[in-house]
Amino acid sequence: MRGATHAKWAACAVAVTLAATACGGGGDGGGGGGSGIVTSSWGDPQNPLEPANTNEVQGGKILDMVFRGLKRYDPKTGEAKNMVAESIESKDAQNFTVKIKDNWTFSNGEKVTAKSFVDAWNYGANLENNQKNAYFFGYIEGYDKVHPEKGEPSAKTLSGLKVVDDRTFTVKLTQKFSTWPDTLGYPTFSPLPKAFYDDHDAWLSRPVGNGPYTVDSYTKGSKMSLRKWDAYPGPDKARNGGVDMVVYTDNNTAYTNLMAGNLDLVDDVPAAQLRNAKSDLGDRYINTPAGIIQTLAFPFYDSEWTKPGREKVRRGLSMAINREQITETIFQKTRTPATDWTSPVLGEDGGYKAGLCGDACEYDAAKARKLVEEGGGIPGGQLKVTYNADTGSHKEWVDAVCNSINKALEKDKACVGNPVGTFADFRSKASQQELDGAWRAGWQMDYPLIQNFLEPNYFTDASSNDGKFSDKEFDKLVNEANGETDNAKAVAKFQEAEKILARKMPAIPLWYQNGSAGYSDKVSDVSLNQFSVPVYDQIKVD
Amino acid sequence: MGRYVIRRLLQMIPVFFGATLLIFLMVNVMGDPVAGLCGDRKCDPATAIRLKKEFGLDKPVWQQYATYMGNVFTGDFGTAFNGQKVTELMGAAFPVTIRLTIVAIVFEIVIGISLGVLTGLRRGRPIDTAVLLLTLVVISVPTFVTGLVLQLLLGVQWGVIKPSVSSEAPFDELLVPGLVLASVSLAYVTRLTRTSIAENRRADYVRTAIAKGLPRRRVITRHLLRNSLIPVVTFIGTDVGALMGGAIVTERIFNIHGVGFQLYQGILRQSTQTVVGFVTVLVLVFLLANLIVDLLYAVLDPRIRYA
Repeated sequence: MRGATHAKWAACAVAVTLAATACGGGGDGGGGGGSGIVTSSWGDPQNPLEPANTNEVQGGKILDMVFRGLKRYDPKTGEAKNMVAESIESKDAQNFTVKIKDNWTFSNGEKVTAKSFVDAWNYGANLENNQKNAYFFGYIEGYDKVHPEKGEPSAKTLSGLKVVDDRTFTVKLTQKFSTWPDTLGYPTFSPLPKAFYDDHDAWLSRPVGNGPYTVDSYTKGSKMSLRKWDAYPGPDKARNGGVDMVVYTDNNTAYTNLMAGNLDLVDDVPAAQLRNAKSDLGDRYINTPAGIIQTLAFPFYDSEWTKPGREKVRRGLSMAINREQITETIFQKTRTPATDWTSPVLGEDGGYKAGLCGDACEYDAAKARKLVEEGGGIPGGQLKVTYNADTGSHKEWVDAVCNSINKALEKDKACVGNPVGTFADFRSKASQQELDGAWRAGWQMDYPLIQNFLEPNYFTDASSNDGKFSDKEFDKLVNEANGETDNAKAVAKFQEAEKILARKMPAIPLWYQNGSAGYSDKVSDVSLNQFSVPVYDQIKVD
Repeated sequence: MGRYVIRRLLQMIPVFFGATLLIFLMVNVMGDPVAGLCGDRKCDPATAIRLKKEFGLDKPVWQQYATYMGNVFTGDFGTAFNGQKVTELMGAAFPVTIRLTIVAIVFEIVIGISLGVLTGLRRGRPIDTAVLLLTLVVISVPTFVTGLVLQLLLGVQWGVIKPSVSSEAPFDELLVPGLVLASVSLAYVTRLTRTSIAENRRADYVRTAIAKGLPRRRVITRHLLRNSLIPVVTFIGTDVGALMGGAIVTERIFNIHGVGFQLYQGILRQSTQTVVGFVTVLVLVFLLANLIVDLLYAVLDPRIRYA
């Protein structure tokens, strides 16, 4: 019996990977595995749980269970695969025709149609709805009307979106963007049922979507119970009976509860426990790459840092950081030394290229000293590295980085840490160009594309280019890459652009971050996807 | 008596405004909270402006304060950044913290005072020395150490309790956290009671009571204890406020979603509305607790009268 279930699942998995056909379907004899409930640690989402308003992992976990979009990123390979979409086609990389599958419904019975998507996207883009991810719709024509930079919107809907029939809609972009369909796995692009607009407050207190789980009960700030939706039409039915998400203020407490057997899954092993996690949990401790890179960014609005020759200083500083040692001693190998500006989760085909940074990312104290001297020394004689002290134990590694730089440059105070009290304050200073010296810059990808690592961070005046780095050639190459219809060629162009980063070093790549999780012996098949979110639907309860 | 109460209540008004204004300014000094809502990236400027407008952050601070206070008097404490009403957060958090505080206060009264009486009556004996040493240890060990050690021993090693409190937080799950929260104050209560009892034991009225031939039990409870409790009541009274606001550490360790949790999150997210709202209520609790303590003096000591 048990073996049979396994075999069926294996067959399903193969079928899914080969042809992306629906599998399982209906409730015929054990199609969904067990009925056990998984209890998992959770954090209180920062923003209301709307698809276009959720930009952090905690809310993202729920959206990933309750919603399915046009595409979904394969939890293993990160490839964007059609989910609700039957096909997304384009001849010119600018006008897309989206066809959706026939069998999808929301858990309240409402059919998922082209209108469900178009209305949801119009809602997300509209300035009046205060959605924090609105800029994701910025490539669609008419965005500047519904979301102007100043003043009131002059339109309510995106002119680039047109419903053709129940199952078809067309999208017109403002520019060529060949890999745009691959961005559609991001939860912001989820469809929304009518109930969302009709009774918004009721919807927020119990979100209704089209994913493998339905929300059974939700006590804001402390617990959400999700249950398997038996009539889920998709291929990735839940393999457990449901998930109980319990809010923990302190991940140490969550870890203690895992040890005591009160919790099945902790998806953020506290830094202080990393040392013990291996011996406590054995192979029930996972440590897999996630699409997160940490860098040190520099202020290009400060003329001291844009002078010719300063790139030598930045390259020298990069060489003065002993990444190997820091990732090993401080992070217990939950970070990997970075050698480019993307992430290993993209894969070779996706644009990740180990060693693209060259020797600038290799530790070499003597060369570092020489380069910094050649470049005229650190502006002001001292490098201040700003970080927020409230979360993420940044102090430890910033101190370690400074220590490494000081040692390499043979100066006591060449580099000092500069803590800022809260994350909000830190971000407000960074985004208003109020920081002098370097600061910690983390980037968590929105979708597994090389474009997402480069354009928002280093394109002139891009949304997350806090350092105001600007390079004409880089911009030109990125634009060319976006217009390239062939994926491989696009990736090559992006990598060419990335080589400019290696020369100019607008931000020093530090390390790629891993996702870590621990689970109890009551559950199996636990894994994390590229966004370091547990793949809840695959977890089996023994 | 009535007049005294009214006078005290009137005195609370400036204290209340001063305290809320201070908190309001302190939270504002921390900078722009909207920037933290967009993760490691810049909020898109148009949305940021709209959010600021929605939360009233585009106005000057004095105007924000005035509007806020105006709203508070109509029972509107504003909205937190996650879209929840602050009153809703309070409704969820305060019952939990009040339960925790009750557990802690009961521990303080029952254990603290009994130990204090016991040691005060047996001054210099081994039991006195033992309890004194024990309280010294409790006072010198920080709460988070006691909390974590108890959690690890009782919760993980021996499996007597659950290491964390469920979201409903019923009384029985709050016993251990309550003990941890009460531990330091408990030690102080013991010491205060002990000193007070030891001092008053030699007082004239006690000798008179014994000479009258009253049973020892009655001498201790009616005469000795009643008079010795005045400093202890003052301490416990002010402790109510401290326990409610200062439970952040204990609440974090045992994952209790009470006032401490909301305050901590409010501060991290720079949510002015949450922090000021909760602190305002805590200030009120503190003021009222103090008033009740002062009134209790009159009950305990008939010589004290308020006119």
